[in-house]
Amino acid sequence: MEQFAAVKRSKDGQPVRYLIVDDSVFARKNLARMIETFGGQVAAEAGDGLTAISEFDRTHPDIVLMDITMPQMEGIEAAERIVQQHPEARIVMVSSVGYQENIVAALQRGARHFVQKPVKPEVLYEVIKYVLGEDGAVTNAAGAGA
Amino acid sequence: MKMELIQPFINAADAVLSQGLQCTTKVGNLTMEEDAYRRKGVAGMIALTGDIEGRIVLDMEPQTAVKVASHYAGAELPESDALIKETIFELANQVVGNAISALNDQGFHFRVHPPHLLTAEQGDKTSEDTEALMICFETSLGNVFMNVALRYNKRRMADHAAVGA
Repeated sequence: MEQFAAVKRSKDGQPVRYLIVDDSVFARKNLARMIETFGGQVAAEAGDGLTAISEFDRTHPDIVLMDITMPQMEGIEAAERIVQQHPEARIVMVSSVGYQENIVAALQRGARHFVQKPVKPEVLYEVIKYVLGEDGAVTNAAGAGA
Repeated sequence: MKMELIQPFINAADAVLSQGLQCTTKVGNLTMEEDAYRRKGVAGMIALTGDIEGRIVLDMEPQTAVKVASHYAGAELPESDALIKETIFELANQVVGNAISALNDQGFHFRVHPPHLLTAEQGDKTSEDTEALMICFETSLGNVFMNVALRYNKRRMADHAAVGA
């Protein structure tokens, strides 16, 4: 997998911590591998929206990567509930269903960005830097995928 | 079955496979299946309901499925690994998700049902209004087959037309 300059938290230079939410084990593993190449750390994983909410409360990640179509509670509703409780939450929707209505609904309900599957690592990397803004810093060191 | 319905699925499968497998895919034979669908190996099926109804099956021979899943996992997987099934499901999800995104922007509305493993050797016979098209994608890891059987939901389409009138 391609290597990227590591993105760290500006405040303490520590790896950016991610919560990965997807009902597909395959998709979670794939995203986890990408995150490693960005120098990030997986704080927790969840397979549905309800678990995502409790895992967010437990781990307070820097970024949430959230699928949309999931059992029990869909990603857009979970994103809205998380943002209601934690307005500072940075949630990036990651879904194969990328039609306009869905994207608009996700953004209106608190998501910061939308990435369509299949995820291109270079696209996700740029989105993460954008969403972190000044709270993220790109270092010279490459991520673990180097 | 109209080509305008099929083309988004072909485009989506081509994009998903070529990007994921990092190879050039070639769209091989397109065949109309008049008889019941016969499974090739590891097959994930996704049902669609809404303005267009039917199902999509993504199917590959067991050896190809192992190679594809191993490619995504970055390590060689045994044939029994659960990740093989998960890989087929996720690929099917991505193909259907990308295709319905294009169709939705054209005004069609759907509900996509979760993928499930097709275990029967043989599927339902196609009917007059639900023809099945089999498309073979030739990839560097082997052939991937997509079987698309869709039909317009005439009642829903009529409802939309009435509302729009």
